[in-house]
Amino acid sequence: MANYFLDTHHYRFHLHHPLMKRIVELKERGFADKDAYDYAPMDFDDAMDSYGKVLEIVGEICAETIAPNAESVDHDGPTLHDGHVTYAAGTKKNLDVIRKAGLMGISMPRRYGGLNFPIVPYMMAADMVSRADAGFENIWGLQDCAETLYEFGNEDQHKRYIPRVAAGETMSMDLTEPDAGSDLQSVMLKATYNESDGSWRLNGVKRFITNGDSDIHLVLARSEEGTKDGRGLSMFIYDKRNGGVTVRRIENKMGIKGSPTCELVFRNAKAELCGERRLGLIKYVMALMNGARLGIMAQAVGLSEAAYWEGYKYAQERKQFGKAIIEFPAVYEMIALMRAKADASRAILYETARFVDIYKALDDIARERKLTPDERQEQKKYSKLADAFTPVGKAMTTEFANQNAYDAIQVHGGSGFMKDYACERIYRDARITNIYEGTTQLQVVAAIRHVTTGTYLAQIREYDALDYKPELQPMRIKLQGMTAQYEKLVATVTDTKDNEYIDFHARRLVESAAHCIIGYLLLHAANEEDAYRPSAEIYIAYSQAEISKIETYIERFDRSQLEYFMPPNR
Amino acid sequence: MRLKIIVLAKQVPDTRNVGKDAMKADGTVNRAALPAIFNPEDLNALEQALRLKDQNPGSTVTLLTMGPGRAAEIIREGFYRGADGGYLLTDRAFAGADTLATSYALSMAIRSIKDYDLVLCGRQAIDGDTAQVGPQVAEKLGLPQITYAEEIQKVENGHVWVKRRLERGVETVSAPLPSVITVNGTAPDCRPRNARLVQKYKHARTATERQQSADSPYLSLLDARPYLNIAELSAAGVGADAAQCGLSGSPTKVKKIENVVFQAKEGKTLTAADTDMDELMKELIANHTIG
Repeated sequence: MANYFLDTHHYRFHLHHPLMKRIVELKERGFADKDAYDYAPMDFDDAMDSYGKVLEIVGEICAETIAPNAESVDHDGPTLHDGHVTYAAGTKKNLDVIRKAGLMGISMPRRYGGLNFPIVPYMMAADMVSRADAGFENIWGLQDCAETLYEFGNEDQHKRYIPRVAAGETMSMDLTEPDAGSDLQSVMLKATYNESDGSWRLNGVKRFITNGDSDIHLVLARSEEGTKDGRGLSMFIYDKRNGGVTVRRIENKMGIKGSPTCELVFRNAKAELCGERRLGLIKYVMALMNGARLGIMAQAVGLSEAAYWEGYKYAQERKQFGKAIIEFPAVYEMIALMRAKADASRAILYETARFVDIYKALDDIARERKLTPDERQEQKKYSKLADAFTPVGKAMTTEFANQNAYDAIQVHGGSGFMKDYACERIYRDARITNIYEGTTQLQVVAAIRHVTTGTYLAQIREYDALDYKPELQPMRIKLQGMTAQYEKLVATVTDTKDNEYIDFHARRLVESAAHCIIGYLLLHAANEEDAYRPSAEIYIAYSQAEISKIETYIERFDRSQLEYFMPPNR
Repeated sequence: MRLKIIVLAKQVPDTRNVGKDAMKADGTVNRAALPAIFNPEDLNALEQALRLKDQNPGSTVTLLTMGPGRAAEIIREGFYRGADGGYLLTDRAFAGADTLATSYALSMAIRSIKDYDLVLCGRQAIDGDTAQVGPQVAEKLGLPQITYAEEIQKVENGHVWVKRRLERGVETVSAPLPSVITVNGTAPDCRPRNARLVQKYKHARTATERQQSADSPYLSLLDARPYLNIAELSAAGVGADAAQCGLSGSPTKVKKIENVVFQAKEGKTLTAADTDMDELMKELIANHTIG
């Protein structure tokens, strides 16, 4: 049986990181569940073994069911009947197998029927599902909303909704509206409190809602009449069983076609408040988006991996001028760089996932008891790192996914332009990843403060302080040089104290930081496993050139040139 | 109705993806080079059993496998997909068994389990491809047999209703309980391993495995959780006559094994035109493929 989890060493490598010891200890609370649940782990090794065994199930389902269905799902897509979505036949089969395998509610506590897995193995599953079919990853990955419901809902809501998700019901997050995309402060969907039955009623329209006909929705709506900004928005739970929401249209998209993107009409739909009023956008949706961004990183990594394999396979099979095209430098360079970018993406995905794991587990513990001063310190540290790594990781992995998809087609030549090969689907699917859950440009906005406050630099210094094998020192020296370049660039730009100018170069600065961070992560991987040596060498050589390019651009940029870029006042 | 269902399952070498070292020089299967898997059609049988259990709450599905100690993995695999219990029929006396000795041993084990309504198994195993064991077990137990089952539709009034896949169509038949049913590969695939069940049953062990892994930190679980103990059955334990077991009970003698290398020639494309058909028929008659 084909199995995505077993066919590469990448998953096992990232699963067995030293930080997992701490993550599992926190997540399992000293293995307190072991006598209460027959499927709870007895100790650390037992937990790790369980993650591996469950990921093996995911790997098999991905390779044997989801991937073979991907082409027909992309072709058929979901359809609209009487205001509701009917999934493509392949999607239905995928969901059926996923449910039977018990792969929903993965990160939820056992008391609500979940598997209580940390984020790292959860993202690993997302990575594999996306490698099989990025569109299906959306439908499956939206179980992530349960995380938000768990964090901000009350216990009664936990008990009523989370077990349903764990049993296989799907979710959606209804945020975007026709006039509120990146700027969610302008959300207008109206929430009115109904005194007679103590419920809220929702009225209005939502647009671009992924899996919009899901069973359980989290909805951002304006509960405070007369307000105009984010402080008048609250989060609501809408249960499809209550009715009141219909799908008006399913968007005809370029990619991820199996995932229904819906326009929803709320007509006096009964809903309940989740958390406190007015915190909908400023607190809950921000948390929700951070989780979702990590999910998109996993989706991007899966796509990068899929693109690599498509390119690699074809380059081996295709013969021209008497030999396989992979023998030609122009082609093997592309393939090797695709491999390096996939490894780079995975390295930053799982590093970020570990940071998220630690602070989230501590957040959860803080709901049960007071944290010790040490734990508070730890929580602060990892929460800041997660906050810094999520946007830069999302930006880099999704751009790499697009680059890998582009190169996969290039390797295929004319055949890649035909509908006959999977690379064209991957290319279309990848295109959304650097747009939704915040475009790369918006990730830069979130990341730039960690450039200016030095979060990235401090972390890069920590990576540099680790021990590396003597034969890897040349790479380390290159990275030290890149770090010096990065520091100098940051100073050059920020010393102007001109915000417009800083914003103009922000993406270049964030990318420079990312190249250093990812370079060190790959160096560390090469230190642990020889198999990562080529990707580390390739990535560092590539990113060294990228930083030098950025350096040239910034150092030679005359600030007066900026006005040529500004929109003309005509 | 609460059914007690026994599913016969075999651990087989995965002959679907054979590499260069799949056969030994003497022409026998190199079992070490091939991963050991749950025989595919036995998985189809397990799915039918689990569906009957879904339809008839309170029913139990019990696996029975004959093989060496490592075949306990088949029982665990069954647990991961929803089986309730399992027996490993294992004994040196069974070594070298052909289908006759195998079905004798299995039938004796089934007799010793006593209480059952249905015995399900795959049509055939991918290592031997004989499709003999199921029917032989039925004969030895004196039970009705339904072969090539594609769907077990229902159990009602002491009868089981089964849709059979035949060469030129399907037929639906019924038989009184208890019966033996062999399930075809065209039946629905088995449900996947379940994440919770895998974690629940992964420490299940036979007594022999327990002795072999005395340093495992999880052995105390076997005492605390009786369902984790996989029962082992021996030849003597099921009252089997040693002369009818293993090599001595196997009349099959292998005369010669040949390694046949299939050499495909260039393909030929024919149109639906009469002339093409005519030529093909002549060719097939000439080389004695037909006629």
